[in-house]
Amino acid sequence: MSAWFSHHSYALALALKRLLRTPFSSLLSIAVMGIALSLPAGGYMLLGNLQTFSGHISGAPQLSLFLALDASRDEAAQIGARLKQHPQVASFQFVPKDSALQQLKQGNGLADVVDSLAQNPLPDAFVINAKSAVPEVLESLRAEMQKWPKAEHVQLDSAWARRLDALLSLGRVAVLMLAALLSLTLVAVTFNTIRLQILTRRDEIEVSKLIGATNGFIRRPFLYFGAIQGMAGGTAAWLIIALGIHLINGTLADLALLYAFDFRLHHLSPEDSMSLLLFSTWLGWLGAWLSVASHLWQIEPK
Amino acid sequence: MINFSNVSKRYPNSYDALKNITFTIETGEMVFITGHSGAGKSTLLKLIAAIERPTSGSIIVNGQNVAVLKGAAISILRRNLGLVFQDQKILFDRSVFDNVLLPLQISGFDPKTATGRVRAALDKVGLLDKEKARPITLSGGEQQRLCIARAVVNRPSILIADEPTGNLDTDYARDIMDMFRLFHQVGVTVLIATHDAELLGGAQQRILALDHGKLAT
Repeated sequence: MSAWFSHHSYALALALKRLLRTPFSSLLSIAVMGIALSLPAGGYMLLGNLQTFSGHISGAPQLSLFLALDASRDEAAQIGARLKQHPQVASFQFVPKDSALQQLKQGNGLADVVDSLAQNPLPDAFVINAKSAVPEVLESLRAEMQKWPKAEHVQLDSAWARRLDALLSLGRVAVLMLAALLSLTLVAVTFNTIRLQILTRRDEIEVSKLIGATNGFIRRPFLYFGAIQGMAGGTAAWLIIALGIHLINGTLADLALLYAFDFRLHHLSPEDSMSLLLFSTWLGWLGAWLSVASHLWQIEPK
Repeated sequence: MINFSNVSKRYPNSYDALKNITFTIETGEMVFITGHSGAGKSTLLKLIAAIERPTSGSIIVNGQNVAVLKGAAISILRRNLGLVFQDQKILFDRSVFDNVLLPLQISGFDPKTATGRVRAALDKVGLLDKEKARPITLSGGEQQRLCIARAVVNRPSILIADEPTGNLDTDYARDIMDMFRLFHQVGVTVLIATHDAELLGGAQQRILALDHGKLAT
C-alpha cells in the first residue's frame, strides 16, 4: 500500500512537473484540445437548448379547425357534437369569430387596423387537444376533420415543432460525427506529445529499466500526463463554451426583449459537464497509453 | 550466490561470446573477472542481470534461474543487484542527489526514508557535499563514485561492476577499488570485470579469467 502510494504520487508529481516545465507548449496543446472539444460540446449544448425551447411550445398536440366563413351557428354546433364523440379528441374549445377578433384587437398594436375593418374577416374556429401525440395519428385526424362539412382548413399546430425535432435529431447525428472525429484529433495530439517525451527521455527510460523499473513504473507518469492534459483540455472546452454563452446571451437579451419572449442559453448540466471532463481525461489517457504501448518496447537496454 | 552451468551465449549473426561456462560464486565472495577486451566479460555480467539471455545453459542468482525470468520478475531481480555500468549511464538532466534517488523511487520508498538512504550512500562514496551539483561538473572519479552510490543505495546483496576503473588514472582507480573492498567486508558479494591486472595488486582475490569466451583455469 505504501509502495503503491509512493509510486502513484511519484508518477503524478513527475507528470505535473513535466507539464509545467514546458508551459508554452503545454498551454498550446491544452488550447488545441479545448477548441477541438468545444465544437461538439458546444453543438450539444445548443441542441439541448433548442430542444427545451421546442419542448415548451409543442408540449400539447394541438389542432386548429377553421370553419368556412359562411358556416352558421348550427353547423358549428354539429362539428362540436362530432368532436365530443370522437375517440381521439381529449378536449376542445370553440373560438367564435367575434372573440377571435377581440383577441386580435388586444394583441400587439393591431387595434387600429381591426377597427378600420368593415366586417369581421375571421372564421369561427375550434382549438382541439388530441389524446395522442403520435405524429401519424395526428396527421390522420387532421385529414379526417378536413373532410367534415364546412371545415375550411385544419391545421396541425405542432407541425413546425415536429420539423424542428427532426432537424434536431439530424443535428445530433452531426454533433456525434463531429465529436468522434475531433476525439480522434485529441487522441492524436496526446499521442504525439507523449511520443516526443519518450524520445527525449530515452536515457532515463533505459537506465530505469536497467535498475529494476517495471514497465508499469515507466508507463505511469506518461499516462498521468495524458490524463491531466486531457482533463485540462476538457476544462478549456467548458470555459470556451461558457464564454460563448455569455457573449450570445448578451445579444439574445435584446432580441428577446424585441420579440417579447424569454429565451436564454443555458450551459451544460452538471452531469454533462462531468461527462465532458471524464471523457476528455479518458481520451488523453488513451492517447498516452497508445503512444507508450507503441514506443516503449523500442527502448530495450543493451 | 551465483551459479553458471554450461552457459553459452551466441549473438545473432555473430561469434560465440561465451562458450560452455561453469562456475559458482558463494555469498560474500569478491571475484574479479579478467580478460582481453572482447573476451566476454561484459556479456557474462549482463547475463547475471538478465540484460542478455543465454543461448543455452542455466544461471542461478539468489535461487532463481535468471535465464527464464520474464517481465516484472526481471525488474525485481535487478532491484536486488547493484549495477555499475561500463558506460556509467548517469542522467545529466538532474542533480547528483536525484541520480542516486532513482532506484529508491523505482522500489517505491517514501520520500523521507529515501532521502536518508541517498545521503547515507553519498556519504559512503564521499560525495555528500556535492548532492546538489550537476553530474557534468564532477570529475571522472567523482562520476564513477556517483555510479557506485546509485548501485548501493538499494542495499543490494550482490554488487556488479563492469570496468569501474576504465578511464581513471591509477590513484583514482585504487580509490574506487578500496571502496569495493569495503562493501565486500560488510558482506556484499562483489563481482568486478576489469582488464587492468595491476589493480588486483598483491591481494589474494579469486579471479575468473576469460579468454575468447572460455574460462581459463
